[in-house]
Amino acid sequence: MPKHSVDICLTVNGESVAERVDARTTLVDFLRETLGLTGSHIGCEHGVCGACTVRMNGEIVRGCLTLAVQCDGARVETIEGLSDSGEVADLQRAFEERNALQCGFCTPGMVATAQDLLARGGVPSREEIREHISGNYCRCTGYHAIVDAVEAVARQRAGAKG
Amino acid sequence: MKPAPFAYHKARTLEDAVAQLAAHKDARLLAGGQSLIATLNMRLSAPTLLVDINGIGGLDRIELTGDVLEIGALVRHTQAERSGLIATHAPLIARAMPHIAHPAIRNRGTLGGSVAFADPAAELPACLLALGGEVVASGPKGVRAIKADDFFKGLFETALAPDEILTALRLPAAKPDTRVGFAELARRHGDYAIVGLAATARAAGDKLTDVRLAYFGVGDTPLRARKAEAALMQGSIDDAVAALDLAPHDDVQATAATKKHLAGVLLRRVAKQLMEPVRA
Repeated sequence: MPKHSVDICLTVNGESVAERVDARTTLVDFLRETLGLTGSHIGCEHGVCGACTVRMNGEIVRGCLTLAVQCDGARVETIEGLSDSGEVADLQRAFEERNALQCGFCTPGMVATAQDLLARGGVPSREEIREHISGNYCRCTGYHAIVDAVEAVARQRAGAKG
Repeated sequence: MKPAPFAYHKARTLEDAVAQLAAHKDARLLAGGQSLIATLNMRLSAPTLLVDINGIGGLDRIELTGDVLEIGALVRHTQAERSGLIATHAPLIARAMPHIAHPAIRNRGTLGGSVAFADPAAELPACLLALGGEVVASGPKGVRAIKADDFFKGLFETALAPDEILTALRLPAAKPDTRVGFAELARRHGDYAIVGLAATARAAGDKLTDVRLAYFGVGDTPLRARKAEAALMQGSIDDAVAALDLAPHDDVQATAATKKHLAGVLLRRVAKQLMEPVRA
């Protein structure tokens, strides 16, 4: 018989988690309410704003358009994990230095999305950066500073490698 | 908002999923969920059961058999974007893919889900129509193929029966004389189109034949502009634009008059693409 609540096991930021969840619980609500990981933000709850962007099995997804029950067996990484591991330390620094955030509400999703692009390597064009973050709303900065920050980190990383 | 309560069933086989749909009249299928979960969150829909088909094996394949490219219903947009088979044999789909939503949504959204949802402003239903493809569906009575021209019935309404599951899209593989064109206008890259146009044709000397123009965002379903197709085959872009017999409605994005004008603008752009051989 189909059930309203389901037991799930997954890893979140490298730690194993086993919980019983309501089928209707979205991933971002599960992360925030059940696990207390409030870095992923809830903006529009219908996939438009990108504030809830997290990584699932290595790919960025909308936390509000993914059900927690669908993450059974999955590997989920939130901004807390990306931050603690140091993976996005340079992006965080560049965002701060270039005023690529003001209120900061969009920043966790923006950083996760930017890292998704930069992890592919190379230095993307400003056009490619804009295209990649096109699903993330920022109501403060006007985006230019964000593109500047992402571009600067791409250059730094490419330089550090070369 | 949060979804109303619903039960959840993870189907392991197609038969299991079909049986669940047959047993629960207001069940919904969960594929990529990128439209469904948004409507659940906004309580625009409140099914009592979600049947998750993501665990059914074999629905995420892209295969070329003879001159037919079959794309499994669970192929995700990102997978299609990266597919060499699609780039070579269905260049129209490859051209449309970057216009669809945003990376995080393309990672989850499926091609089958997009076609079955049949949003009138979405890219893939129009591509299927322009390609003259088919939808493969499984139900209690077995498997059937439905031609794209017969598939889109109304606003978010398709020829699928309530207990049928779309399992694959079948597209005619591109031939050396195949021409494709795609253009859309949206307020922001990745948004649903104000107006969009997907087109295919075959080159015959310096003329075009078998022209199929499928507009989206101008009606309740993706729509063929048949008079403009005929005019384009006669060789005149101006006549084709004049022959556009679309009757779009005003919507939140634009007035009917604006949409009609933009449909002509897109036709000129797409006609130019149709004149050029496809570069893979």
